[in-house]
Amino acid sequence: MTTPVLEAKSLTKRYGRVVAIDGSDLELYPGEILAVIGDNGAGKSSLIKALSGALVPDSGEIRLDGEPVRFRNPMDARAAGIETVYQTLAVAPGLDIADNLFLGREERRAGPLGSIFRMLDRKHMRSEARRHMSDLGVGTLQNIRQAVESLSGGQRQAVAVARSAAFGSKVVILDEPTAALGVKEGNRVLQLIRDVRDRGLPVILISHNMPHVFEVADRIHIQRLGRRVAVITPNSHSMSDAVAIMTGAAPPPEG
Amino acid sequence: MTTATDFEVRNRDSIGLRVQHVLHGNPVLGPLAVLLVATVAFSIVNQRFIAAANLSLVLAQVTVIATLALGQTLIILTAGIDLSAGAIAVFSSILMANFCVKAGMPGVLALLLGLACGTAMGALNGFLVTRIKLPPFIVTLGTLTIFFSLNAVVSQSETVRGADMPSLMTWTGESIRFGQFQVTYGSIVMLVLFGFFFYALSWTAWGKHVYATGDDVEAARLAGIRTGRVLFSVYTIAGLLYATAGWILIGRLASASPNVGTEYNLDSITAVVLGGTSLFGGRGGVIGTLIGALIVGVFRNGLQLAGVEVVWQGFAIGLLVLIAVSLDQWIRKVKA
Repeated sequence: MTTPVLEAKSLTKRYGRVVAIDGSDLELYPGEILAVIGDNGAGKSSLIKALSGALVPDSGEIRLDGEPVRFRNPMDARAAGIETVYQTLAVAPGLDIADNLFLGREERRAGPLGSIFRMLDRKHMRSEARRHMSDLGVGTLQNIRQAVESLSGGQRQAVAVARSAAFGSKVVILDEPTAALGVKEGNRVLQLIRDVRDRGLPVILISHNMPHVFEVADRIHIQRLGRRVAVITPNSHSMSDAVAIMTGAAPPPEG
Repeated sequence: MTTATDFEVRNRDSIGLRVQHVLHGNPVLGPLAVLLVATVAFSIVNQRFIAAANLSLVLAQVTVIATLALGQTLIILTAGIDLSAGAIAVFSSILMANFCVKAGMPGVLALLLGLACGTAMGALNGFLVTRIKLPPFIVTLGTLTIFFSLNAVVSQSETVRGADMPSLMTWTGESIRFGQFQVTYGSIVMLVLFGFFFYALSWTAWGKHVYATGDDVEAARLAGIRTGRVLFSVYTIAGLLYATAGWILIGRLASASPNVGTEYNLDSITAVVLGGTSLFGGRGGVIGTLIGALIVGVFRNGLQLAGVEVVWQGFAIGLLVLIAVSLDQWIRKVKA
């Protein structure tokens, strides 16, 4: 059996008496899209935050390529190659597309201009940004210097996904990427997610949208009451099965 | 709702929308237009306005406020506000003067120590905002009162004459001639600082982080920016700029007086707002602020030359501020 790229073992997180994650496991294998579904309060967000470094679990273990890792903050996880697109997108609306792609890891000019005057290499960052965007088939955004706030919801999502795909070397985590989008833009983003996987990056997709989950996911992780109750595939189960397991109306399948 | 499909950019906007987009992309255009129109209008009303001597005077008059407004711009870009700007400037000028006169320090030492004190005051604001996590308005309201009170203690409400200080202290008030124009060294210091921060904001990672932090602090943090550090650096640098304004103030008044500067806070905020920087953070820049400060100077001076009573100058500038803020609100509503 192949080693999971990313693996969580009995993660636990408590807030006072509230248990957000109750000994949850998760495995993400190379080249797959793993959807994580669950009712509100099932601990999806907390689980994902633990994997992306935004939350430090009380106990349990996270392994990346089989090696135990500890993330104290999102920077640690990013340095390890895990890129997360949060539901809030984490983009700076006033900055342009290129600036947003390189936000937090700007590149400086070579030579004394960069080392002494700290001058950014805007030209290089813009051409790289253009390349990353067209790699993912979002080349229709002609102007890389356009402010992100002047983009539509789907375009902003595309910027955020492109950023994670450009810099994530191991895993891309997407939190509700289609939640605020119309049908057409939502489908476009689903295609982006497939493109990211086809470029060799495994994806964790958190979503409430069952049709979307069943359309793109290779496997579906069902979270309930803080732990993983089942892993199914779109072929083995129907959407209503998934919802039933998720809400506790049906028992989880054995094995 | 937008119906843009397949991430294409729409190209069928009304004229109003296009103006909104242009102003959104180039926030300096609005203030620049106001400045030019005002200059032309005041020159028509009174030809003395456009005379080199008068324009030199306007520049000298706005130098202190512009320097304060530069620091204020950095803070407002992070969605903060600094009510202690004027207090730090005046207190720093009093400290510099007293380092010279009472402690007998040489000019260079007194200046450096005064700048260090201003920086420390800014750092205190930054500490309270980032570590104790208090709102900037409350923090600087508190430190404003504290700095003015310390100012009264240190100065014993006495003005130190410029003649009693080393010449370095009043150097900022001396001027050089460029043809018909007389420019003070203080103004030159101010313009160099504006140039420096224009560069720092648009060409360095620090600048991008200042904008990102002001835009959406949580998003910036998730993008991996250490927002606490960015905010602390901004308040600290602002403190240094205010202290520099204090030095320029000594040259401008040819003295260090503890009783000036109560209106400096609001004037600096006025300049920033008129310059098109958004009070909600993340939008604007220092060039706008320089123009904003000049607008204030041009209006005060121009109205005076036009024979308008002093009391109405404040009225006109207040009106301008309201228009500027309304315009900002409108521009921020720009949609894809």
